[in-house]
Amino acid sequence: MSNHELHLHHEVAPGDEEEINVSSRVLGYVIGLGLALLLTATSFFIAGTNLVWEPSIPVAIIVLAIAQMGVHLVFFLHITTGPDNTNNVLALAFGLLIVFLVLGGSLWIMSNLNQNNMVPMDQIMQMQR
Amino acid sequence: MSMVAVTAHGHSLGIVEHPGPASKRIITGYGFWIFLLSDIIMFSCFFAAFAVLMGQTAGGPTGAQLFELRNVAIETIALLLSSFACGMASIAADVRNQFWFQVAMVVTAVLGLAFLTIEFREFASLIARGAGPTRSAFLSAFFTLVGCHGLHVSAGILWLFTMMAQVYAKGFRADIQRRMLCFALFWHALDIIWVAVFSVVYLLGSMA
Repeated sequence: MSNHELHLHHEVAPGDEEEINVSSRVLGYVIGLGLALLLTATSFFIAGTNLVWEPSIPVAIIVLAIAQMGVHLVFFLHITTGPDNTNNVLALAFGLLIVFLVLGGSLWIMSNLNQNNMVPMDQIMQMQR
Repeated sequence: MSMVAVTAHGHSLGIVEHPGPASKRIITGYGFWIFLLSDIIMFSCFFAAFAVLMGQTAGGPTGAQLFELRNVAIETIALLLSSFACGMASIAADVRNQFWFQVAMVVTAVLGLAFLTIEFREFASLIARGAGPTRSAFLSAFFTLVGCHGLHVSAGILWLFTMMAQVYAKGFRADIQRRMLCFALFWHALDIIWVAVFSVVYLLGSMA
């Protein structure tokens, strides 16, 4: 094994696959499409059914959505955990950190403010007297 | 030989010679990947605004009264199949097959346009029913978030037609292939954002 051979697959661009064989690449997209359709159908089914315990529905929909985003990342965008993908995964991880800070932080702060500003109506009436 | 094998798998010795600068394709793809992540962060701000304002209907209609989930399901399937067709176009571009590339791109465009048509009709019917973006904070957030995604899809379709023309006129040159890589990334990323939109805005929004 020469050094040149070793570095042939040093990195891949996001979206690129190592696989060159056309039929197995098509199969990868078909598997991704099947999984995505399955998760989408489950989401829509759960949203419209009374078969499951109702308070669990929002959590289930969010979990299914995250799972489907994962399917898209792996099968369509070809972001893998392989050593050739380190840069892409690290950028993704940083992006996700910011996304969770923005989403979690906004929801947390706004619900906190909502609770603190929620003064019962009779107290307001007493203050006006 | 044994030294090379260890460095290939161990990473610990640090004897691997510097492999030199990455290829232009990797650098272009990586740069575009960072742009996409920044776009996703921008969308996360719109999502945060929507989640905070979801209940602020100002006495106006709620999501449960407005959303038609059957249309949303059709939109979702159209965009998903469009993403799949875009994947087929990427494969055709890699094997330099002009005919199947153009076919797959046309399918991608038709499905994308079907998505946009349904979305536009939904917006028009909401505004006609007096549930436009000025009605309540909930609807402002809704139109901003979903409309921003729709604008991205519209821009993507313009880019798609540009790619078809470029491949037709210039063939599968290396720079055209790099543009195609970026376009495929963009189109797949839009589908990821749509997954969040239909889950959070439509499915959760029609329950609240």
